Amino acid sequence: MHRFANPARFLKIARPLTAWLFWPGLILLLAGAGCGLLVTPADYLQGETVRILYIHVPAAWLGMAGWTGIAISALMQLIWRHPLAAVAGRAIAVPGALFTAICLVTGSIWGRPTWGTWWEWDGRMTSMLVLFFLYLGYIALANASARQDQGGVSPVTAIFGLVGAVNIPIINRSVVWWNSLHQGPSITLRGSSIDLSLLWPLGFTLTGFSLLFGAIVLMRMRTILARNKVEARMQRLARG
Amino acid sequence: MKAKHQRLVLALVALFALIGAGLLAASALRDEAAYFYAPADVRAKGVEEGKAIRLGGMVVKGSLKRAADGVTLHFDVTDGKATVPAVFKGIAPDLFKEGSGVVAEGAFDGAGTFVATNLLAKHDERYMPRELEGLQYNETTHEMKAGQ
Repeated sequence: MHRFANPARFLKIARPLTAWLFWPGLILLLAGAGCGLLVTPADYLQGETVRILYIHVPAAWLGMAGWTGIAISALMQLIWRHPLAAVAGRAIAVPGALFTAICLVTGSIWGRPTWGTWWEWDGRMTSMLVLFFLYLGYIALANASARQDQGGVSPVTAIFGLVGAVNIPIINRSVVWWNSLHQGPSITLRGSSIDLSLLWPLGFTLTGFSLLFGAIVLMRMRTILARNKVEARMQRLARG
Repeated sequence: MKAKHQRLVLALVALFALIGAGLLAASALRDEAAYFYAPADVRAKGVEEGKAIRLGGMVVKGSLKRAADGVTLHFDVTDGKATVPAVFKGIAPDLFKEGSGVVAEGAFDGAGTFVATNLLAKHDERYMPRELEGLQYNETTHEMKAGQ
């Protein structure tokens, strides 16, 4: 990984990779969302409401995957002192928080017609809300010392990212450990309890959103590196 | 030992301690964080009369009856181990029906009937098109088979 410690080498790969992630991601997302809205049949119980699944599930996955990414970059920052890990942590935080918010909002909209409530304090919903607050805390902590950290995050923020990772398995297991209003997992290692005729657009939107997420993170990393460069040049000019 | 290895060991120890603490907290919360009581919990632990709780389970098939006033519903809630009679006056959610999951908010009266003030419908993790309704679902293999 230290091969990419040099920002110039990283940028040489990141620049074309951004486009390679962005456009296929957008196409897959639009195709999946279109098919999920128009092609798949309605659910036997929930009717047309089930279609919100194609947005809600990828949003939940990326909210959790985002924090996992933050925890991994925190480890790389603290142990191996990788110079880009701190930048990656900061770059992931905002899109991660955004997708967690999308998950909470679409879940609430979905809950009203199916369960009969906008919000209940059950294990899944509460732990997901905690994840959203963790993101806000991480962003605030990272911004508190943004200038000294050269676009990265401080070691304290990285430790916070590691500690917060405890919540990820709790979210995943919340519907198994505790009685909850939210149903149990549909897709497990043993297979899927979503019928194939309803399942396939989810693969499209899941991949599409994930590629877009990757593109956004790369864009944000490039922005941070570019800003560092500008900052360094300004300082040199000021001294000169 | 190089500084890098020292940090690696430290981080791993911290990570294990953290996961251990998280698991301990979660297992201590096990009952407290439950969103509702199942009928078997009610039977095992007993819930005092008038205490506001949530009762969750399946609506027993054939138990749902509408009273003469048109808005009072009588039904039984079961989790396969115990069954509790319940009554609710008001408008139930669309997904509330026999053989389907329900979470009722309310309290027990003196006769052991659960008087619900609010009903929430709980659905399971299965999604399928209408044509497949009535097929038997195999819990372990996740397969649908034609019912008898």
